[in-house]
Amino acid sequence: MAALNPRYRTLLAILALIILPGLVMPSTFYYRIGALVFISAVAVIGINLLMGYAGQVSLGHAGFFAIGGYACAILPVRYGIDPLLAALIGVVLAGLLAFAVGRPILRLRGHYLAVATLGLGLLIGLVLTNEVWLTGGPDGMQVPRASVFGVRLRSAEHWYWISGAVLFLAAWIAANLFDSPTGRALRALRDSLVAAEVMGIRAARYKLIVFVLSAVYAAVAGAMLALFNGLVTPDNASFLHSVELVTMVVIGGMGSLIGSIVGAAVLVILPQVLTVFHEYETLLLGVLIILFMLFLRQGIAPGIAALFKRRPA
Amino acid sequence: MGDLLQFAVSGLTVGAVYALVALGFTLIYNASEVVNFAQGEFVMLGGMGTVFFATLGFSLPVAALMAIVLAVIVGLMLHAFVIAPARGADAVTLIILTIGASLVIRGAVPIIYDKQFHKLPGFSGEESIRIAGASIQPQAFWVVGGMVLVVLALHLFLNHTRFGKAVIATSVSPLAAKLVGINTAFVVGFSFAISAGIGALAGILVTPVTLTSYDVGTILALKGFAAAVLGGIGNPVGAVLGGLLVGLLEALAAGLISSSYKDAAAFITIILVLLVMPNGLAGIKHIERV
Amino acid sequence: MKHLMQLTAGASLAVLAALAPATAAEIRIGSFVSATGPASFLGEPEEKTLKHYVEEINKAGGINGDTIKLVIYDDGGDANKARTFATRLVEEDKVVAVVGGSTTGTTMAAVPVFEDAQVPFISLAGAVVIVEPVKKFTFKTPHTDRMACEKIFDDMKKRGLTKIGMISGTDGFGKSMRDECVKVNARFGVEILAEETYGPRDSDMTAQLTNLKGKAGMQALINPGFGQGPAIVTRNAKQLGLNVPLYQSHGVASKSFIELAGAAAEGVRLPAAALLVADKLPDSDPQKKIALDYKTTYEKVTGQPVSTFGGHAYDGLQILVGAIKRAKSADPKKIRDEIEATKGFIGTAGIFNMTATDHMGLGLDAFRMLEIKNGDWTLADAK
Repeated sequence: MAALNPRYRTLLAILALIILPGLVMPSTFYYRIGALVFISAVAVIGINLLMGYAGQVSLGHAGFFAIGGYACAILPVRYGIDPLLAALIGVVLAGLLAFAVGRPILRLRGHYLAVATLGLGLLIGLVLTNEVWLTGGPDGMQVPRASVFGVRLRSAEHWYWISGAVLFLAAWIAANLFDSPTGRALRALRDSLVAAEVMGIRAARYKLIVFVLSAVYAAVAGAMLALFNGLVTPDNASFLHSVELVTMVVIGGMGSLIGSIVGAAVLVILPQVLTVFHEYETLLLGVLIILFMLFLRQGIAPGIAALFKRRPA
Repeated sequence: MGDLLQFAVSGLTVGAVYALVALGFTLIYNASEVVNFAQGEFVMLGGMGTVFFATLGFSLPVAALMAIVLAVIVGLMLHAFVIAPARGADAVTLIILTIGASLVIRGAVPIIYDKQFHKLPGFSGEESIRIAGASIQPQAFWVVGGMVLVVLALHLFLNHTRFGKAVIATSVSPLAAKLVGINTAFVVGFSFAISAGIGALAGILVTPVTLTSYDVGTILALKGFAAAVLGGIGNPVGAVLGGLLVGLLEALAAGLISSSYKDAAAFITIILVLLVMPNGLAGIKHIERV
Repeated sequence: MKHLMQLTAGASLAVLAALAPATAAEIRIGSFVSATGPASFLGEPEEKTLKHYVEEINKAGGINGDTIKLVIYDDGGDANKARTFATRLVEEDKVVAVVGGSTTGTTMAAVPVFEDAQVPFISLAGAVVIVEPVKKFTFKTPHTDRMACEKIFDDMKKRGLTKIGMISGTDGFGKSMRDECVKVNARFGVEILAEETYGPRDSDMTAQLTNLKGKAGMQALINPGFGQGPAIVTRNAKQLGLNVPLYQSHGVASKSFIELAGAAAEGVRLPAAALLVADKLPDSDPQKKIALDYKTTYEKVTGQPVSTFGGHAYDGLQILVGAIKRAKSADPKKIRDEIEATKGFIGTAGIFNMTATDHMGLGLDAFRMLEIKNGDWTLADAK
C-alpha cells in the first residue's frame, strides 16, 4: 500500500468509499443520503481547491451552486431545452460569471475578498427570489427529470451512482491538478505570495483559474441536486448554505480530498442522526466549527492519516 | 421633498445602528486584526437580553443595563475561548472562527429563551413628530443621539486618556506596544468588551423601532461589516460614515428604485467602492493588492 | 490499527442504530414541520399541538384500541431537508399517513414522495397550488391564500373601498398570496393602484409606505405577509400618519401580532379562523365548543397565546384520526379514501367537507372577518 503513489492511494480510497456502501444500502432513504453526501462533496472539493490550495475564502459559493441548479429548472421549463444540456449550460454560465467577477475581485485579499464573495452570493440569492417571471420566486421551481437513453433518472439509487461517478471524476481532476504545474504554482502562492511572484508565477492568473474551477464544481453539484430533487429554491444560494459548505471543508480537512467527502458526510448525516436534538442544530454547528478550527485545524481526514503515519507500516 | 426627507430619516436611523456595528468591527480589528462576525449578535443580545431580564421582573432600565453587562461578558468569553486560543492564525481561520461563534450565540438564545419577536417600548413615547413633511419616531433621535454620544466618548477616550493611547498604540504595532510595556492581551480583551457593549447599546436603542428576535444578528453583522469595509476597515470615522451611508443608500434604493433589492444596495455599493477605491472611503490600512 | 477498526465499526453501528426505525406494532403517523428557522412562527405551535393531542388520544385509548406513534421531524424551513425527511418517513419509519408541511415550499418538495409512495398527506400550508390541481393523496387544512384575498376584497367592496394599495412580503407566503390577489381583485371591483414589497427580514418599511402614501385616492391598504413584517408595516403606517383602513392576512393570526404592533393595530382587519374569537362566538355557533376547547388546552399546555397555525395542525390530526377510525384499518389507501370522505367535520378553521375535487374542504364562510379593538380580536360585523 505504501508503495503506491499517494495520489492513486487517495483515488482508490475514494472509489472504495463510493462503491462499497452502495452495495449494502438497505433502502432508498440510505441511497438518498449517500447521493446527498456525494453531491455536497463535489462542491466541497471545489471550495477546498480555493481555500486549501489557494488560501482564498469564499463566503458566497452557494450562489454558484444555485446557478447550476436553476439552469436545470429555467432552461427546460421556459425554453424547452433538454435537462442535461441545461445542466451543462448552467455550469458554463457559472464559470463565466466567476471569470467576469473574479478578475476584479481577486485583486482583493482577506476580509475584502470575503465581503465581495459574500455580497455576490447574497445578490444571486436576491435575484433568484425576486425575478419571479424567470425563477419562480421564493418557493422555487420544479425541475424536469433528465433522461439518458430513454431511462428517466429519478430514483435515489440512480443518483447515488451518478453522483458517485461525478465525485470520482471531480476528485481525479483535482488530484491531477495538485501535482500539475498549476497545482504547484497554487501551493506556492498559498505558502508565500512574495516568493511565488519572484519566481515568476503570475498570482492573478492562477487565482482566477482556481476561482473559476471551484465555481464550476459548485455548479455541477447544484445541477445534480436539482435534477435529483426535481426542484430548486432560492435557499440553495443562502449565506447559511455557503457557511455549511465552508464548514464541511473545515471539518473534513482543508486541502484534503478524502476530507471533502468526510466533511460532507458529517454535515449531511449528523442532522439525521440527531433529529431529537434539532433545537440544538445551529448551536452544534457553531461549536463544531470552533472546536475544529482551534484543535483539529487539519480536519478529520488528515488527522486520521497522521495517525496511520505514526505507526510503522 | 417631504418624501426624500422621510427616506433620509429612516435611512439614518437604521444607518446609525450599522454605524455602531461597524464601529465595533473596527475596534476589534484594530486591536487584533480579527474581523468579528459575531458583532451582530451583540446587538441581538442587547435587545433580547433586555426582554429576557424584563421578563424576570427587573425594571426596563435595570434590564437594559444587565443586557449590556451580559453582552460584555459574552464578548470577553469570545476573546478568551475562541480568539486567544487561535493565537495569530491567518485571516481565513479567524473569520470562520467568528462565524462559528455567532452560530453558537444565535443557536443558544432560542434554547434559553424563545424564537418569537419581541418589542421594547420607545424611551419617550411612540407618537411621531412631524418635521418638514416627514414623520419621525422619537426613538430615532435616541438612536442617532446615542450613536453620536458613543462616537464622542470613544474619541475622547482614545485620544485623551493613557489607556486609550495604549489601545491606539497596539493597533498601530502590537510588537512595538509590547516593547514599551503595554499589556497587549489586556488591550485586545478590552476592545472585545467595549465592542460588545457598544453593540448591545445599539440593540437596546433600536429595538423599539425594529423589534428583536434571536435571528436579527446575522444580517446586521453582514451589513455592518460591509459598512466598515466601505469606510476603510480600521478607521473608526470611516466606519461610522460607512454605516450611515449604507443605511441611507438602502432607504433611498427602497424608496426610489425597487424595494425588492434593498439589501442589494449595500452590497453592490461595497463591491463597486472596493474595486475603485480599494482602501475604502477613508481607509488607513493598506489592502494587499496582487 | 486494530483500535481504529474497532472504533469505526462501533461508530457505524451507533449511526445505523440511531437511524433504525422502532419495530413495535402501532399506527404510525408521520410529520415534518418547520419548528426552527424562518417559519418557526408556524412550525412550533404545530409541533406542540401534534405532540400534545397524540398523547391525549393515546391516553383515551388510541384509535380503535391501537396506540398512535408520532414520528415528527424538523425541516428548519428548508425544502431539501423536507424532501429528505419525507423519504425517511415513507421508507424508514413506514408511516401510514402524514400531517405536516408548515410552508408551501416544504410541502411542495415533499408531495411527490408521498404521491409516489401512495401515502395520504395532509398539509398545513397556505397556497392554493397545493390542492389545485388536485393530487390524489394530498390534502390541506388551512384556508387558501386565494380565499383570504376574496374575503378581504369582499369586505372592502361592502365598505365602498375600491381603490387600494398593496404591500407584500417577498417570502413564499406573501408572494403567492399577492399573486392570487391580483388575479381576483377585478371580480370585486377593487382596483390596485400601486404595489410595494419588502424582504421578510426587513426592519423598516417607511420608504415603501411613503411611496404608497403619495398615491392619490388610495382608500385602503392590504398587506400579504407573515411573521414580524406585517407588525412593522402596521407600526410604520401609523407612524407616517397613513390613516386608511389596513387589512392584514391570516398569516398574522396570533396574539403576538397585536403585541408587536401595539396601539397601531387598532382597527386593523383580517380574515381568520373563528379560533381567535372563540370566546366571543355566540353559543349557537357550531364551532364554539371545539375552538374554545383547543384554545384553552393549547394556552394551558404551552403557556403561549393560541394561533391559528396550531389550530390547522389540530384540524389535520383530528381529520386523519377520524378517517383511520372510519377505515378501521391502517392501510394508507383506505385512509386516503376516508379522508376524502370527510363531511361535516367541525374544526378550528371551519366546517370541513372534502370531495374528490376539493381536497381542502372549507368554504369562504369558514373565514371570519376580524377587527382588532382594544388590543383584542373581535368579529368585524355580523356574518
